[in-house]
Amino acid sequence: MSTNPTNGGEALVRALECEGVEVMFGLPGGAILPVYDPIIDSSIRHVLVRHEQGAGHMAEGYAHATGKPGVCMVTSGPAATNVVTPLADAMLDSVPMVCITGQVPLAAIGTDAFQECDTTGITMAVTKHNFLVTDPQDIPRIIHEAFHIATTGRPGPVLVDIPKDIVDPVNPRSAMTWYEPDSVPMELPGYHPQTDGDPALIQEAAELIAHAERPVLYVGGGILKARAAEPLLELAELLQIPVVTTLMARGAFPDSHELCLGMPGMHGNYTAVTAMQRADLLVSLGARFDDRVTGRLDGFAPDAKIIHVDIDPAELGKVRQYNVGIQGDCKVVIEGLVDITKKLGSGAQADRSAWRSTVSGWQEKFPLTYEQSLPGDKLKPQFVMEQLRDGNPADTILCSGVGQHQMHASQFWRFDHPYTWINSGGLGTMGFSIPAAIGAKAGMPDRRVWAVDGDGNFQMTAQELVTATVEDIPIKVALFNNSYLGMVRQWQEMFYDERFSEVHLSDHVPDYVKWAESMGAVGIRVESPEEVAPAIAKANEINDRSVVIEFVTDARENVFPMVPAGATNSDVVVDPSQQHLLDDTGGES
Amino acid sequence: MNVSSASPRWHTLVATVENKPGVLARVAGLFSRRGFNIHSLAVAPTDDERFSRITFTVDIEGTPLDQVVKQLDKLINVVDISELNPAHSVERELMLITVEVGEYRKELMEIVDDYRAYVLSEGDDRLMLSWSARPARLDELEERLRPFGIVELQRTGRVALPSLDN
Ligand SMILES: Cc1ncc(C[n+]2csc(CCOP(=O)(O)OP(=O)(O)O)c2C)c(N)n1
Ligand SMILES: [Mg+2]
Repeated sequence: MSTNPTNGGEALVRALECEGVEVMFGLPGGAILPVYDPIIDSSIRHVLVRHEQGAGHMAEGYAHATGKPGVCMVTSGPAATNVVTPLADAMLDSVPMVCITGQVPLAAIGTDAFQECDTTGITMAVTKHNFLVTDPQDIPRIIHEAFHIATTGRPGPVLVDIPKDIVDPVNPRSAMTWYEPDSVPMELPGYHPQTDGDPALIQEAAELIAHAERPVLYVGGGILKARAAEPLLELAELLQIPVVTTLMARGAFPDSHELCLGMPGMHGNYTAVTAMQRADLLVSLGARFDDRVTGRLDGFAPDAKIIHVDIDPAELGKVRQYNVGIQGDCKVVIEGLVDITKKLGSGAQADRSAWRSTVSGWQEKFPLTYEQSLPGDKLKPQFVMEQLRDGNPADTILCSGVGQHQMHASQFWRFDHPYTWINSGGLGTMGFSIPAAIGAKAGMPDRRVWAVDGDGNFQMTAQELVTATVEDIPIKVALFNNSYLGMVRQWQEMFYDERFSEVHLSDHVPDYVKWAESMGAVGIRVESPEEVAPAIAKANEINDRSVVIEFVTDARENVFPMVPAGATNSDVVVDPSQQHLLDDTGGES
Repeated sequence: MNVSSASPRWHTLVATVENKPGVLARVAGLFSRRGFNIHSLAVAPTDDERFSRITFTVDIEGTPLDQVVKQLDKLINVVDISELNPAHSVERELMLITVEVGEYRKELMEIVDDYRAYVLSEGDDRLMLSWSARPARLDELEERLRPFGIVELQRTGRVALPSLDN
């Protein structure tokens, strides 16, 4: 488009261009039709999805991988309800995303018109904010506000609902006079995210840390949102304090670093869980004391004082009372902590050598482990994950679905770089991985992108592999087929007396290889250990198409360690082969 | 049954919000998602038409109250929110009440005079009164009128401002 827009539809597309949008994910329909016309002439690449949920998760994957807001656009009614799940997902994982939905014409709103639903009403609770635009003249400003809200403060999804008549050039109501989105003041009198932490509180925090003998840096997804991995490394090394990275923060601190304890929580490793449990100080950086991390709250880290840093003031004290609570951007606050710590000098720090040797003792005694398969057994999922890790460079982007395969991925991959791990942590959305991987690959075409998926997950969103083929966004899928909704099976085995209710999918359908091939991908089935590495190598050689490797894995394999629901983190159940070590040491402290 | 409005369980929150469609639904949504009830609610534009002031009372305390206040503050359309300290604020509420007169007109009029309520409308055997006062005083008047027979009653919900002697 070279001439200035004269109607709402053109203005919307131009405004997206002005916000720097390069790729968007969507699927057209009646109410949004007028906006799809100017898309033809736009510089924005539009990726046509097969289901609107896919568009939403692709936008999320794109945002996770690039740090830029993901954009999706869908029509009204059923399309809008189809994006509710990704919006909720983005809300819980603080993913910057802008979603445009078509709406019936203004005069038809509220009349139960064809494909009408109350989109702003339905999405109110799953968006950071949403807008119903009623005047085409507002479009550039509102689009600018939407991107501003989505990307600043605690990031999140913003939805803009646009009635058809104000974007349809044949309707006089769509007429507008163009202006640059950022040329007018935003009208957000209630939105002033605060990023600088209070210096007095940062000082107080630095002093509290200096006195701590058993501190742990408890690092959450906020570190990645704040792009604070570098200052975090500096802080940890300066203080020589061990770091745990939550499911949302894997990669924010390198797994290979000697101070890294890995993932805490329900399926965290013994050392990460126990170090938090025995700590005298938890420094929470962009984490939110999620129940999957704390276990039973009244028994969580009983002796720990808490420093809680978060950009969202509503997180401070939400779950656990803090001793020092700092509202601010993690990067700014960590840099402040580094400065003050340097000024305090190394002599100011408490002696933590005993703590470090206790922690490394746990690491030696309780490494992640699993039993290797016997000849004739099905594949062990942990073995496959290790092979996948070893067959790929460290900057590979790994996306995951939700279930046992997700936990095995988080446990057995080696995350050494930020923004290499993309998963659905807060909402736990099955079907996330394939569309998220496509979104990540669209944003990072030069990077290798693997999706780790379960057979249950795969059957929810696999059709987006058609999108990947048609749009030439090739990804690789490691499908862990254990024929079960494995994670639910595990709970039924452990907590419901092995009474398996509705968790067996099927041992013979679908045929994943044929299915993959029918979608234009290469399909490979792997059933024995010696085939695993070659299949991964083969997949990595194919770059013009997507590849799906179906690993036929052992359904009896469970995820350990595990903190049973309702138990405290002191009652972590380790791998059966290590359980006797735990009994030996009993209440070791 | 007769929980007094003066009961210390009630907390009064005052919010300045954008005067726009949907804002009240957003505010209310943060209570309903937790299964909390809003006991009383008053909303109207401020002297600046772009903003409305909401006064609401809720029977939540402690951590949930703090959380809900912080989450309300996070709403993009909420400009400002605070809890009013009852010791340092002034609260008023208006009540319209229609009562049966029956054979006790004299006794009824004594109460009306006593409270300096206004008679807004008069029927053959009914009276509509208007009175504004502290919410607890409205409760009191309501109780005194109850024996006559309350036909209809509407209270506005309390409005409040910080007092000037803080
Ligand atoms: C949309 C959705 N529905 C249900 C669940 C509950 N759930 C969590 S994990 C899981 C099993 C996933 O099965 P599969 O994809 O085969 O992975 P596995 O656990 O076997 O690795 C289910 C049903 C969920 N997280 N998301
Ligand atoms: Mg499975």
